[in-house]
Amino acid sequence: MVATYETKTDYKVIGNSPIRHDGLDKVTGRAIYGGDVKEPGLIWGDVIRSPYAHARIKSIDTSVAEAIAGVFAVLTHADFPQADDLTIDTGEGTVNLRRGQSNVMADQKVHYKGHVVAAVAAVDRNTAQIAAQAIKVEYEVLPAITDVDAAMADGAPQILEGLIGDHLGENVENTNVARVFRHEFGNVEDAFANSDLVIERTVEMSMVHQGYIEPHNATAIWAQDDNLTVWSSTQGTFGVRSQVAGLLHMPESKIKVNYVEIGGGFGGKTVVYLAPIAALLSRKAGGRPVKLVMDRSSVFEATGPAPGGKIRMKIGVNKDGKIQAADTDLMLEAGGFPGSAVGAAAICVFACYNLPVSRITGYDVLVNKPKSAAYRAPGSPQASFAIETVIDEICDELGFDKIQFRLDNAAHEGTRRGDGVQFIRVGLEECLVAAKESDHWNAPLGEAPAGKARGRGIASAYWMNGGGKSTCDLMLQDDGTVMLNEGSADIGGTRTSIAMQAAEVLGIPVEDFHPSIPDTDTIGFTGVTGGSRTTYTTGLAAYNAAQKLVVELKTRVADLWETEARNVEFADGTFTANGDSIGIKELAGKLDPTGGPATSTSSVNLAEAGNAYGVQICDLEIDLATGKTDVIRYTAVQDVGKAVHPQYAEGQIQGGVVQGLGWALNEEYFITDDGAMANRSFLDYRMPTSLDMPMIDTIMVEVPNPLHPYGVRGIGEVPICPPLSAATQAVKEAVGKSFYSLPVKPGRILEALNGD
Amino acid sequence: MTTNSPSKVHVTTTINGQQHELLVPGYMSLLDTLRELIGLTGTKEGCLDGNCGACTVSVDGRIVDSCLVLGAEVNGKVVDTIEGMATPEGLHPLQQAFLEEAALQCGICTPGFLVAAKGLLDNEPSPTEGRIRHWLAGNLCRCTGYDKIVRAVQKVSD
Repeated sequence: MVATYETKTDYKVIGNSPIRHDGLDKVTGRAIYGGDVKEPGLIWGDVIRSPYAHARIKSIDTSVAEAIAGVFAVLTHADFPQADDLTIDTGEGTVNLRRGQSNVMADQKVHYKGHVVAAVAAVDRNTAQIAAQAIKVEYEVLPAITDVDAAMADGAPQILEGLIGDHLGENVENTNVARVFRHEFGNVEDAFANSDLVIERTVEMSMVHQGYIEPHNATAIWAQDDNLTVWSSTQGTFGVRSQVAGLLHMPESKIKVNYVEIGGGFGGKTVVYLAPIAALLSRKAGGRPVKLVMDRSSVFEATGPAPGGKIRMKIGVNKDGKIQAADTDLMLEAGGFPGSAVGAAAICVFACYNLPVSRITGYDVLVNKPKSAAYRAPGSPQASFAIETVIDEICDELGFDKIQFRLDNAAHEGTRRGDGVQFIRVGLEECLVAAKESDHWNAPLGEAPAGKARGRGIASAYWMNGGGKSTCDLMLQDDGTVMLNEGSADIGGTRTSIAMQAAEVLGIPVEDFHPSIPDTDTIGFTGVTGGSRTTYTTGLAAYNAAQKLVVELKTRVADLWETEARNVEFADGTFTANGDSIGIKELAGKLDPTGGPATSTSSVNLAEAGNAYGVQICDLEIDLATGKTDVIRYTAVQDVGKAVHPQYAEGQIQGGVVQGLGWALNEEYFITDDGAMANRSFLDYRMPTSLDMPMIDTIMVEVPNPLHPYGVRGIGEVPICPPLSAATQAVKEAVGKSFYSLPVKPGRILEALNGD
Repeated sequence: MTTNSPSKVHVTTTINGQQHELLVPGYMSLLDTLRELIGLTGTKEGCLDGNCGACTVSVDGRIVDSCLVLGAEVNGKVVDTIEGMATPEGLHPLQQAFLEEAALQCGICTPGFLVAAKGLLDNEPSPTEGRIRHWLAGNLCRCTGYDKIVRAVQKVSD
């Protein structure tokens, strides 16, 4: 059952921007991240990785490594227990345990360059590195498949041997396409035949990386009683617990995952890479704590990326400005194992539009590149780029105003998304109106200096947001402060945005809350910080726990005043009954005679989350001699439901925009013919720096989410989506050329300029 | 202790105002010297090739990527890290501004940004926005989009 709420408006705490509780530790260097974990007797692990993108492992010789002084353990896939052929949820994706184990450490084949083949543990990091490099591996090199066309070609070598593809319900052997699925309503062929204009384009994009600054890390102790303790940079301790348990074929109850601060994730830290290796190394090393920290080139080569691929997009429209039908083929790169974000891409691709006729076909395609992982609104940026590129061309072709056309076709309450789900109250139209009325949209682009050209682009996008499971515990202290435990990894201030929701209920200042994120033995199950779910879902758990605490405290007040709890009212932090009143803080010091400490707990499992929409406007300037682009003005409009902590809400939007601009204009996996990533450093994988970006303006529209008592919507992911098309259309307007391949890098712009 | 690096270098250095006498393996970076030998883990590892700035520290008043400096090189020098930025009187104004302006999200790049920004303001108390952006371009942040970081530095420089 889905609960809905009346909208509240008279907030005391929500809507302010208090300093975050963990801020002091993070500006003083005191906060402990995964790489900072130090246990008595700690030793270091390291791995050896495949130099080939596609190869069969003929032999592994670990004898030299084992003989090096200071080496405690050597590990190959043969040391792993057999995992179940079972697929589990990772929070923003799924993993098949048997294949996941082969991804953590290669079994018989390597599927991408950088694939882990063996590991060692040694007395220190330097010795571990030397020992890992002393492991000799013989390979039979196979041809590398580096794009979806090659992977889907007839007779292409099969990357994952034994894979049976599910192609629209049929089992297909000897394929690299793990899954083909379709969502369809109406007859697209008829609708296109009846359209005044039909535009069909195919767009392409490379893989891109989440680019978190903290590399993956893990520390593990496999104790003699077979209890395993893990520290790892992760978006969810419980996700690590369930994946490690599955990959090592052991009960979850034998594993405790400690919370450590996380240095960025963006979806890429929902998957485990090093924790199972650290665990098995610790077991082989007699229970010594083993730590591994990934080097940056391996972070690029073997973790993360968002899928690249190809999207065919066809849209039919009438001269009255109404879309008649849309049809798309989404071919996304899963990487070396099945499981790209194509399912989510299919949900998002048409979600900004109210379509009478729709067909969406998704292809999950294996290639010899790292297994893709979730990246901020996984699948939606790629999908948004494809549809918004064609929408922009339609508007240019038929002379439609780019915002009015979107308003005339906007999805709203009652619209069916392409996969059939019907929208509840959503805020796309409000965002479009805010964009239309914005200072930015109504300001002239300004004259470009000599040798430069300017353009403006606009794009919209959608993310469905996530719900799921979360837990929050509250303990009222004698002095009226509140200890708050919750299970969500805090990547951007969520300790505070969660505590604020309990503070609002209790009428206690949020500064009097002490939020903590305990280990998996100490807090109830809480899913990953992902899917834009945390402030919404764990916040709702905090809200519910606070409501329960109020109920409990009413019974205590009733005890004190010798009345009945139903006679006690509570508002604005004060209990009243029969003309008496007592503030919650004063009450906190008088609990002993009423039964002692007052605590409460709440766990939730939310089936739905409300939806997120964003509309963004990009002005950029291009140097016509070099093709270099400079974003000169940017405005992001977003329906945030209710901004709990407006500063951090705005920060999410700004950060997402800049990641999206990197994706649009510079970032790509530059893959050589033999499947190697040529630009596997921060120098060559060119993420935006402070020098590349202007200030990012935001307009936060608040259309309350009916599924949350304060109207909160997830906000973290959708802002990364619109920049891909907004920036590309701005380049188009500046230089008069269309671009169908990302990134729109200087070289591509120069090629287009010189193509005349 | 370090099996494959028998030669160690005797280093005397001042870190955050405290003198340390160390035996540093010849291969060991200043970053690992701080983190592994002294236990100052506020300085972060991001890339180990001088491109992210998470490991920024100050050596004799000049900011460096500590992953590109050997521990042996700071003999006789003065090293300042994030742990030395606050004083008994309180936070450095930049630390306070980062809190007030929400200039951090995950926080992993924050120590490097703070040390780098201090390096700027110690020498140029009133930099322009462009100068701040240029100075901080050696520090990568993937969470904030830089807007609030630049504003926090501006707040202190005003």
